[in-house]
Amino acid sequence: MASRNCARAALSFHLRFVPIFTNPPVLFPNLYNPLKRRDFVGLTGLAAGTLFLPNFPSFGGTPVDPSRLLEPGVDAAMKKRLADAGLNAAKAAGATYADVRIGRYLNQSIFTREKQVQNIASGESYGAGVRVLANGTWGFAATNSVTEAGIAKAAQLAVQIAKANAKVQKEKVVLAPQKGFGDVTWKTPIQLNAFEVPVAQKVELLLAANAKATDNGASFVNSSLFQINEQKYFASTDGSYIDQDVHRIWPTFSVTAIDRASGKFRTRDALSAPMGMGYEYLTPKAADKIAGAAGTGLIGYRNSYDILEDAALAGKQAKQKLTAKSVTAGKYDLVLDPNHLGLTIHESVGHPLELDRVLGYEANYAGTSFATLEWKAKKIPFGSKLVNIVADKLQPGSLGAVGYDDEGVKTKQWDLIKEGTLVDYQKTRDQAHIVGQNESDGCCYADSWDSVQFQRMPNVSLQPGTAKMSVDDMIKGVDKGIYIAGRGSYSIDQQRYNFQFGGQVFYAIEKGKITEMLEDVAYQANTQDFWNSCSAICDQSDYRLFGSFFDGKGQPSQVSAVSHGSATTRFNGVNVINTARKIG
Amino acid sequence: MAILSQTEAQDILKKVLSFSTADECEATLNGTIGGNVRSARNTISTAGAVDNVSLAVQSRFGKRSGVATCNEFDEATLRRCVQRAEEIAKLAPESPEYVPLMGPQKYLSSPASFAKRTADITPDYRAQQIGASMALCDAKKLSSAAFFNDSNSFIAKRNSKGLEAYQQLTNLDFTITVRTPDGLGSGYAIANYTDLAKFDAARLTRVAAEKAASSVKAKAIEPGKYTVILEPAAAVEMLSNMMRSMDSRNADEGRSFLSKKGGGNKKGEKMFDERVTIYSDPTHPEVPDLTFAGDGRPQQKVTWIEKGVVKNLYTSQFWAQKSNSPDIPPPSGWIMEGGTQSTADLIKGTAKGILVTRLWYIRAVDPQTLLYTGLTRDGTFYIENGQIKFPVKNFRFNESPVIMLNNLEAVGKAVRLGGNLVPPLKIRDFTFTSLSDAV
Repeated sequence: MASRNCARAALSFHLRFVPIFTNPPVLFPNLYNPLKRRDFVGLTGLAAGTLFLPNFPSFGGTPVDPSRLLEPGVDAAMKKRLADAGLNAAKAAGATYADVRIGRYLNQSIFTREKQVQNIASGESYGAGVRVLANGTWGFAATNSVTEAGIAKAAQLAVQIAKANAKVQKEKVVLAPQKGFGDVTWKTPIQLNAFEVPVAQKVELLLAANAKATDNGASFVNSSLFQINEQKYFASTDGSYIDQDVHRIWPTFSVTAIDRASGKFRTRDALSAPMGMGYEYLTPKAADKIAGAAGTGLIGYRNSYDILEDAALAGKQAKQKLTAKSVTAGKYDLVLDPNHLGLTIHESVGHPLELDRVLGYEANYAGTSFATLEWKAKKIPFGSKLVNIVADKLQPGSLGAVGYDDEGVKTKQWDLIKEGTLVDYQKTRDQAHIVGQNESDGCCYADSWDSVQFQRMPNVSLQPGTAKMSVDDMIKGVDKGIYIAGRGSYSIDQQRYNFQFGGQVFYAIEKGKITEMLEDVAYQANTQDFWNSCSAICDQSDYRLFGSFFDGKGQPSQVSAVSHGSATTRFNGVNVINTARKIG
Repeated sequence: MAILSQTEAQDILKKVLSFSTADECEATLNGTIGGNVRSARNTISTAGAVDNVSLAVQSRFGKRSGVATCNEFDEATLRRCVQRAEEIAKLAPESPEYVPLMGPQKYLSSPASFAKRTADITPDYRAQQIGASMALCDAKKLSSAAFFNDSNSFIAKRNSKGLEAYQQLTNLDFTITVRTPDGLGSGYAIANYTDLAKFDAARLTRVAAEKAASSVKAKAIEPGKYTVILEPAAAVEMLSNMMRSMDSRNADEGRSFLSKKGGGNKKGEKMFDERVTIYSDPTHPEVPDLTFAGDGRPQQKVTWIEKGVVKNLYTSQFWAQKSNSPDIPPPSGWIMEGGTQSTADLIKGTAKGILVTRLWYIRAVDPQTLLYTGLTRDGTFYIENGQIKFPVKNFRFNESPVIMLNNLEAVGKAVRLGGNLVPPLKIRDFTFTSLSDAV
């Protein structure tokens, strides 16, 4: 039986996201998605779980032996020949533009709890997607038959789909010009490919972290390590043949402390960040450690992470949270650690400045945006003068860093917010003309060969302050405040006005000093009020990246990985609520 | 090719098992044919199709297991797939939570889970439905964004201990968001069925369009505690979140809303209003479902909450054995027993309250109390003396489904949503904590 061509506007959902942690590591607008209910991945997956609550997320692909992850893929010359077959077939069928993406997506996930391994999964997914413009309309088809004939057939199908859709299309697609780059390559600058590290060694590290947590007061601990390698080949009728090798890694854990007598439990998650790095991220370096506020014991991690140190602190802090003082609701000055602030930037700045949301293309799912073109024209302050936010796909170690995006545009850095004023959005080639620009920002991404590329968020980062300032310097000036670190509960409305964020650990600041740990803290604000209340930003020496592996968007939904850099930042007079309740 | 009959599927699975040299082997075949179409700004934005069959083989040597998959079914490929699963198994660590594969099982029959009309959906039909919906909005000068997605699937299972299962299912989902051109009004409708016969895109579009038009110029009212009527689309996710938290291991380990002070779980305790009864039944004609779980355990009719009392928790096989508790797999859908009143009837009987069309971006705040936060969206209205008076601005809420189901005023007639049967709920003292400018 022959393998089939799958024509897909976007992929079947092959990432099974699951709340293995208190707060699932997924930035999907809605965790519960009624459209995803009939997903059978759970039935065939490694976890042999159930439809309702599979045990582990999986990146999909064909399960493989770990050694397979180090075997080379097809060489570039061969991929060029395959891609040309697709481009030629598309042109012959009437396409005015075509691109072919041949993708080999490799992944490995390791899950442990306390003293045991729960799951090790290595996966490979290989295939090609062809996107075409015909009669001014997009068409897309994908195939796992990576042969000249297979890709040509997908190209013809894509043209057929484009022509069918053109009949009901109201506006023709306008592409910003893009020069071809010829044969070029790009590789994430890693020092050690995580797949080269024996699984046993990685398991040992996670189990050692678990032991640190339980030795320090944790009742339970779940830890995991996600590793990704995207080997992507892009070719277009513009004359680009781009070979890229992209690596990402994310070690994380969640520690639970339980007080049986009172029936109370509290969790503390890892303060690591998913990174565009190799296994070197897990070799701690003293120079990458940044002390948190005095009196908290917290440590920030820049380009390497000490999982043992963080797990030990997490065990202590989870236990401490059981008896921490419940916050008194009211207005506080917030001092936000970069490992917390990154998510606030993601939700309140990153998403509303996606041009497709601004224009209404995501209205039925992720939503639209308050920051419309009309709103931008009014030059209403998005934030205070201190607020400078840049977008980029360049920062070394970031999840967004690539040489070229998934439609062959060379990546760059540009301003989104300058001294508090919105100056630009995030765009792809077919969006640039809408805002009068003649080049794309390089924001196109597809999460698999069988999903169609569309506009996704680049790294969006708050620039550090120019005057010298440490976290302790900042706290000295706060009379009544709360210091927050770590990523907690998060929720924002569909136009990105009203948000509520929690965190992992909270400390009271009184008269310039950290006094004690707090619990049941969440802050609620309006995006513009919040960014206009920004009153101080620590300097470059405190700057580091936060990241998300699973940012969700589109129908059917796709994920993407993105980083957000910032230094510790102060916001004045923010509304804090107490989230404690009583049941049963 | 994507949909194999029971005989075709079992023939392949028998062949797979015949190649096995492992202590235990289980093979699962599943396939889906389906398609989707998406629109925004009253025009089609993307369309796609899915056509896929895949085989997963799980081989076990002692407590070690490995999985391999393939999507071609000639003898050589099948043989290689089994070999790969066995190689991976031999390299895997021993599972301390190993449970032997199950022998032959008796499954209920749920023939209504497949509807030929849904299986016969064509790309033309999808385009027509979305097209008609767009035309309706064009005529009213409203902008629509919608998603239609349908599938015809089968799943077949067989293992070396004699277990054998097969079922075919169809499903269709439709969501639509309609907005006014000035961006000041937004409405929403959602539907999910096994059988296309029940689907009516025009009716759903009209509901969303009406909500969009009538939600323009929403008034800001003070956040606080209000009596609310949650339409099924607003209630479904809060209730699903609670149902997803009924795992017995978490409860026994002391990290669940069902954990008991001093140890153990709250099975047998009354935690909700006595009008709350929630069960699952894979043979229910309105929400027919798979009669076996992913691991092969039979799905039966199970009562989870009866008259406010927690009756059952679900569990993994390992934990059921270890804790000596009933071995019940989690259901894929749930049914909350409803009354006879429609949402409109509930509005008529409300002196003062707020009608909520839908809740959005719901996230856990505190797993101890199942506190969730999120926002209202796409149609929030003030009710006075049994009538909708005016649209109100959206709210952020912080509320627990456990508290909601204690503050129950009325339960309406349940409708199907996301494979569940969900009634509209009238709830007092629902906690809105702030206002949102979002439309």
